[in-house]
Amino acid sequence: MPRVLLIEDDAAVRDGVTLALRRRGHEVAAAASGEEGLDVLPGFRPDIVLLDLMLPGKDGFEVCRLIRADRQLPIIMLTARGDDLDVVLGLEAGADDYIIKPARGEVLEARIRAVLRRTALPADGTPAAAEPGPAPVETYGELAIDRAGLVVGKGGQDLALAPSEMKLLLFLSATPGQVFSRQQLLEQVWEHSYHGDARLVDACVMRLRTKIEDTPRSPRYVQTVRGFGYRFGPL
Amino acid sequence: MKRPRRWADLPRLRHGNPQLLRGLRARLVVGFLVVAAVSALTTALLTYQEARNAILQSSQDTAVNDLRAQVNSLAPELPVPPAQADLDSLRVQLERSGQPRDWDISVRYRGMRDSGAGSTRSNLVMPAAFTSSVEKRHVPVFQRVTRDGSPSLLIGMPVRQTDGKASALSVYAQVPLDDEEANIEALVAAAQRGALPVLVLTVIPALLAARGVLRPVRGLRQAAGRIAEGKLDTRLEVKGADELADLSRTFNDMAARLEESMAELRRLESNARRFAADVSHELRTPLAAMTAVTDVLDEDADSLDPDTASAVRLISQETGKLARMVEDLMEVSRFDAGAAALHLDEVDVAETIRKTLQARAWQKRVTAELPADVRARLDPRRLDVVVANLVGNALHHGGEPVRVRLHSPEPDADRLLIEISDSGPGIDPEVLPHVFERFYKADSARARSEGSGLGLAIAMENVRLHGGVMRAANSPEGGAVFTVDLPLRHGEPAGSAAERAADPPDGPWAGEETADDNRDGTRPEAGEENHI
Repeated sequence: MPRVLLIEDDAAVRDGVTLALRRRGHEVAAAASGEEGLDVLPGFRPDIVLLDLMLPGKDGFEVCRLIRADRQLPIIMLTARGDDLDVVLGLEAGADDYIIKPARGEVLEARIRAVLRRTALPADGTPAAAEPGPAPVETYGELAIDRAGLVVGKGGQDLALAPSEMKLLLFLSATPGQVFSRQQLLEQVWEHSYHGDARLVDACVMRLRTKIEDTPRSPRYVQTVRGFGYRFGPL
Repeated sequence: MKRPRRWADLPRLRHGNPQLLRGLRARLVVGFLVVAAVSALTTALLTYQEARNAILQSSQDTAVNDLRAQVNSLAPELPVPPAQADLDSLRVQLERSGQPRDWDISVRYRGMRDSGAGSTRSNLVMPAAFTSSVEKRHVPVFQRVTRDGSPSLLIGMPVRQTDGKASALSVYAQVPLDDEEANIEALVAAAQRGALPVLVLTVIPALLAARGVLRPVRGLRQAAGRIAEGKLDTRLEVKGADELADLSRTFNDMAARLEESMAELRRLESNARRFAADVSHELRTPLAAMTAVTDVLDEDADSLDPDTASAVRLISQETGKLARMVEDLMEVSRFDAGAAALHLDEVDVAETIRKTLQARAWQKRVTAELPADVRARLDPRRLDVVVANLVGNALHHGGEPVRVRLHSPEPDADRLLIEISDSGPGIDPEVLPHVFERFYKADSARARSEGSGLGLAIAMENVRLHGGVMRAANSPEGGAVFTVDLPLRHGEPAGSAAERAADPPDGPWAGEETADDNRDGTRPEAGEENHI
């Protein structure tokens, strides 16, 4: 069962969320501040971090950046709808997804599950893991994508991709040249409802480009199709 | 929000107004001119009359006196009764003596008159009344007449005997008044020549006076215009102590009061908004804690005793409602604070609406007419809120079947029309104008509506944010019809849609498309401890 690190300053919310997740079989460590969370992190080795953005002291964005600096574990922000700036800044800081508070236990559970799902579904909807035989490493230009091992390399160097970035790249590169709208990507990659926040996609594309493209401003691999969305290639 | 009344729409007094006498300046100039003309004319007239009288009076006095002196010196030498020749010679002598005056003389004695021989002019004709008053009443008379187009003075003089008794002899003279006339005319001409420059000169003080009045008035107009535009800190410079200065002072007082009361209103309003935002924000934290554990309650309710189970279920259910209500309140606060941001995206409208219905499992209960390939640039999340709200309303308060119709826009049309109709009893005409108001309860019998009472208001605001309108009506076949009318491409000039389709951004965050409605997505400021 996933191990969850919850960083939340309000005691009631902390207890409520902890209770809801424990009931669902998660192992939860709760921290009341960013500093405390960063201390707990190495010892607890969580599979996922739930991070409140409004924290005393080090705020959520900074905590997110500090975790991202040397770890690629999934981070979900806890935010409030309409605090638009928070969402953007949080995504920019490297969060993979966000949950709008107040959220029911089942919503928390569903988001955590979605982020932790390790296989990106290709466009035809069949899990890549179900394909027989070890998948060969695909090469696109300087990019080497190992679908089974979930490793992406560029010029012989392994790239450190956050979970959402990895999933997005795997999804797009499964059908090179096919255009996906932001709404489709939200549904397929993040398993959000259709009407989720498309900026999640934009932010993730930005972060992915800074890691895989030579010149993020004129992308080669993840291209923008004006008025429609994104596609991988064609190179 | 535009103010309906713009200063520019108000009638203005401008100089250069084509309509004469509309402007103050023209009126003042004309007024001055009229006054100047009247005074000049009156002066001229009075002067003319006085001068004319004085000139004529003096000339006729001297003429009468001269004649009398001549007659007195010549008449005694006249034999009594005089013969025709005597009369003639008297006439000649008199005419000669009056040389400087160039008068014509006629002498009569008992109906006999001088023959007029040697006279340069035809015989003098004297009016009958004139001669009779001289000859019967023996009084000297004179009269001004116009003869042959030139003015002259007629003098009739009975000659008295040396003992003072009246005699039958009378002398008549006609004195030309040409010189006097010329003098008077010269006077009139002078008056005329003087009046014109005076009138021209009058325009200058008139314009000066007009400027003195108009400058403050124009300043006042501009200041009023600025106030109308909402610049309430506008003040006028108060100069002098005349009525215009008073007016400026009064204007300044008014502006100051207005500014104060507006500031007060704004303060109250922003306090109220801040309060609503703060309250919802503060409520959110406990709600977040409660909402997280509601499913725990729901799951365990079955194993509790019935009363506790009911209580637990009730708490769980109402917590959900409360959370939705607070969410709606927050949304309204954001609209009020102008912090609602549009995240525009290029979407297939039919698909967006279909997903809305799917997400709420309404596909079976709603008939949808969704033509494919209607693409629009809008905020899909907000459209979802709008459609979900209207369909939810139709299902709850209207009656099934509920129908959603997307109208395929004409090839060159730039409006997107979505119609949601139900088969219920329709909306009470009295209620119709209020359906989009906050917390308006159509059915007063219902103590509390299903939702927060903000649903339609929020839907309306969402449509407005896209630059669209929402209409509520009753269809002729019965049932209510809500129409959402949006621009197909928000914030783009029509016609450029093809070239300027919505882009996911290309560069790093520089191209990030956030609020396209020119508002930054600032949070309504809440208290210090608004973190959750």
